[in-house]
Order: sequence, then C-alpha cells, then structure tokens
Amino acid sequence: MPQPLREHAIGVPSRGAANSRGRSGGDRHEPYIERVPLIEDNAITLRGVVKRFGSLTAVDGLDLDVPLGRCIGLLGPNGAGKSTTMKALTAQVIADEGEIEILGYRLPDDSKQARAQMGVVPQLDNLDVSLTVEQNLLVFAHLYRVSAADRKPAIERALKLANLVDRRASKVDQLSGGMRRRLLIARALLHEPRLLLLDEPTVGLDPQVRQELWALIDRLRSEGVSILMSTHYIEEAERLCDQVTIMSHGKAVAVGAPDALIREHAGEEAVEVYGSPPRLSEVEHVARDRGWRTRRTGTSVSVLHSNRSSELEGDRRVTNLEDVFVLLTGEEIE
Amino acid sequence: MTTGEAAQQRVARPTTAASRRRLGRLEIAALRGVIVREVVNFSSFWRSSTFSSTVDPTIYLIAFGFGFGSLVSTVAGYSYIDFVGTGIVATTVLFSGAFTAMYGTFVKYKFQHTYDAILAAPVDTEELVTGEGLWVAVRTGVYGCVPMLVAIVFGLEPSPGMLLVPFIAGLAGLGWGFTGIFIASKAKAIESFSYWQSGLLTPMFLVAGTFFPLSGLPRWAQVLGNFNPLFHCVELVRHAVFGFRGWVDLWHLAFLVAFALIMWRLAVRHMERRLIL
Repeated sequence: MPQPLREHAIGVPSRGAANSRGRSGGDRHEPYIERVPLIEDNAITLRGVVKRFGSLTAVDGLDLDVPLGRCIGLLGPNGAGKSTTMKALTAQVIADEGEIEILGYRLPDDSKQARAQMGVVPQLDNLDVSLTVEQNLLVFAHLYRVSAADRKPAIERALKLANLVDRRASKVDQLSGGMRRRLLIARALLHEPRLLLLDEPTVGLDPQVRQELWALIDRLRSEGVSILMSTHYIEEAERLCDQVTIMSHGKAVAVGAPDALIREHAGEEAVEVYGSPPRLSEVEHVARDRGWRTRRTGTSVSVLHSNRSSELEGDRRVTNLEDVFVLLTGEEIE
Repeated sequence: MTTGEAAQQRVARPTTAASRRRLGRLEIAALRGVIVREVVNFSSFWRSSTFSSTVDPTIYLIAFGFGFGSLVSTVAGYSYIDFVGTGIVATTVLFSGAFTAMYGTFVKYKFQHTYDAILAAPVDTEELVTGEGLWVAVRTGVYGCVPMLVAIVFGLEPSPGMLLVPFIAGLAGLGWGFTGIFIASKAKAIESFSYWQSGLLTPMFLVAGTFFPLSGLPRWAQVLGNFNPLFHCVELVRHAVFGFRGWVDLWHLAFLVAFALIMWRLAVRHMERRLIL
C-alpha cells in the first residue's frame, strides 16, 4: 500500500508550471532548491495523479511506487490508463493533478534530468527503419549523451546484450519483430540507466520470442535496474514482477506481490465448472448464494473461495493472477 | 567488480547536489543529438534529395530561360538569365526548406513515432524543433547554391558575392524550415498540406520576384509581395551577386531574421501543444 505523503519543500506543481515543459530550465542561475524526496528508496513515486482528456478521465488519482532495484508490473485492461501513466513518466503527458517523482526528480519541471537516467522501451516501434542496427544505436548514444569515449563500448555492449552483434549492419526493416524489440531494449540501455520503463514489451510477439525477452528483462532486474513494466499479459507480470499494481478506470485497485494478491483475492483453489450456458448460470447463482466469487472463463465458470466445498463438481485448479485480474477489473469488455 | 557489487552501486542513490544541478534550456548536447539523428538519416537518402534539388531548378531554368527568355532580353535591368539564375534560389529554399520540414516533421511525428523516442531521451520539444530547424537551414544553405551553379553553366557570370548566397539561403531556409514544422504541427492529416501548399506556398513562390519582377504586378500584389519572405530572400541573393544597395538590403536581411525568429517561436509553441498532452 502506498506510504503517506511526506512534507516536502515544494508543493503540487501548478498547471502553469506543468505547461512549461520544454522550457523547463527556467532561470538557470536560480539556486537549486534541494527537495526532500517523497519516498527515499523509490525510483518512481506517484501520488494522486489525475489526467483528463476533455470529459474522459484517463488516470484518476493514481498512487504508484517503484522501489529501487525492483521490477513492478502495471496491469490493467485496455483503456485502464496504463499508457497514459507511462507517458506521464517521461512528461509527454502532463498530469492535471498530483505529484510524480522519478529518481528524486520532481516532474514535470525536472523531467529532463530524470529522462537522462532512465531508459524507455515504447509500445510502438519507433526505430529509424532506413538505418542499420548500429546506426540506430549510434544516434541514441548521442541523444542519451553518452560521452565520445564511451560511445563505441556502449554500442558494443548493447549489441551483445540484445544478441544482435551479427546483425549490426542490417537495416532495421530487414529485422524480425523479435529482433526489433530487442533493439528497442538495447537502445534504451545505452546510457546504463538506473530505471527502465517497458510499455507492453512483448505485445504482438510469438511465445518463443516473448520468453527470450523475459530472460533479458530478468537479467536486467538481477543486475539491479529498477523496472516498471506495463502489460496486459498476466503471465508476464506473474513471472517477472516483484509486485504488481492492477489498474482499472485510471485507479490502482490492488497492489502487492503476485502470490499475495492471489491468496487475498482469489483464495487457494478454483473450481472450473463446464456445461451448457443455463448450467453455468445456475452455478453462478448457487455460488452467489454461498458468498463465493465467480468468473466466466469462456466455456466455463471458475468458482473461487469455495474452500474445497464438496458441493461443486468440476476441475479443481490452483488460482492464478488472471483470476485476480478479472475479479478486480470486471468481466465486461468495454 | 562482481555482479552483486554492480547491482549495489546502481541501487545506491547518487543524488548529490552536483548531480542534481538543473539542466538548462537549449542545451548543446540535446541539439547535437537531434542533428546527429538527421545527419545519419540523411546519409541514407542524400542521393535522391540531391537529385531533386539539382534537377528541379535546372528544369525551371531551362523552361523559363529558353521559353520566357526568348521573349524578353532584359528584366528590371538584368539580362533574363541573370534575373532567373539568381531568383531561382527561391525554389530551393521552398522545396528544401519548407517542404522537407513539413513532410519530414509530419512523417516523423505521425507515422514513425520518432518524436516519442526523442522526447523520452533528455531532449525537450524546444530543442527538438530548434535542432531540426537548424539542420534544414544547413541543407537549404548548401542546396541553395546548386541552381546558381547550374545558372553559371547557362551563362551567369560568377562573382565573389556568390559566396554569401549559402548564408542567405540558409537564413531563409531556417525561417521556412520552422514554417514547415509549424504547418506540420497544425495538420491533422497529410492531406491538409494541400491547403497550405495551394493557398499559401504556391502564391508566395510565384510572387517572390523569381521569374518576373514584382514591379509589373498591380499595386496590391506589390504590397503583399513585400511581406513575402521569399521575395526578400530573392532580392538579397540578387544584390549579393550583382552588388549590394545599402539600407534596402539591411531591410531585406532584417526581414529574414525576424521571419526566422517568429516562425521559430510559433513552431516550438505549436509542436509543444501537439507533442505534450
């Protein structure tokens, strides 16, 4: 659960200040006001973040913590506000309300400093397709201000990490989807960031390629990089994340380690009952009377929290994060 | 160093006062990053853009030089090849400057999502726009000389003042580059460029004193022509090649500087609105 907000030197940034991104430096000669970080050991702290687009509230009072050195998953169905939240972390979306702090820098005013120390892997592939793998890395070594002496070693390291040494001279449009995604990750790591943002890192990839990327992300995590990963692949979050925040309608509806969330919300065992639609409705009805929770899984109904009741006939299985996800974010598809 | 130690180091918070010094506006490092991206990309398509930048003005020169030139011998005190050979710089400024920036910006923003990637790095919108504008200015400055070199082949007399032409074309290219970025920031779809092209750029291109002098036009068109940055660019180029005329050239120069400054701020402001939600 989020820690309470501590007193700090500067209050909520005004909308006016928020609008000034791009002119963020302000008066360069003004002495820097040392700010007390919201939470000392966090790489990312969000408190009460609100973002509206016209009448739509995309993010609605979100609290989020990414402790240093941890991998945190941001889970939620489409439209839950994950992408808006990710964009807010690079100040490409300016929050209407609330506070965002990254690596001790307050956004949006000090976003540029924060960005200098973090890597971002976008959901949409934005590589320069007419350039080679190596040229893409070279360009971003400049954009991330890797010093001239470190540039070559940084590119070599990134190529090795992404297993693209042999493809360095290939143009991006000759690469497979998996290779392009590895290159995106390599590009985000050129300047050895302390924090990595991954926006749906494996969306649209084959299972084999996905597993290969998981191994890469896991390796980064073991090296101490703080990671925030948005995803709607539950298995991905379950495997990689120390903690997940489940978002629905712009809010965090649950925060915790995957197994703790499963125990808390889904119980120990689920009973999967198959049958005709009328039979499934009947099961749901019975379950509701007993106070058990249910979720439809297409052809079946999963009954949760039934405490191994012998009343139910069906396949018994271990509960998983998907059960929690559906229970908390609702079954309806919007 | 073991992996464990490396992990420890990265987890530690290096938030000393020095490392928290605030980064300023328009940093050289950020501008350089944006320009390096453009230069590296340019290296992959320089042939095609050099081709069009050379062939376009050559066609105009041949068409107007022979077609129109056979009807008139002198225009505004210049031989027609001298008149067109210098005025033709305006085509390059428009094609290399405005059109490149317009389409380039829109494609990078809308289709390639390049700006998402750049703005996730320590680069702000102002630096992004400024860097791209500067690069367009350099390109326009260099390509601006090409039609003049072609005109030399057709009989334009070389003069030392020609050495100033890349700088004049570069300055005009800066203004038109920012104009292109501004137009791209206002465009909802790539089709919207038609309005800008037909409604603004083509008329400006024609009443810039490139192919015929403004003095032959009705009074109202002459007045409007004086607000056309292309006209000031053409005049300045002509005077650089055939001899400056004092204060009037300072006015042309001042106009181009003001044009670049105003379009720079407009481009920055509107790209910010577009890119930062």
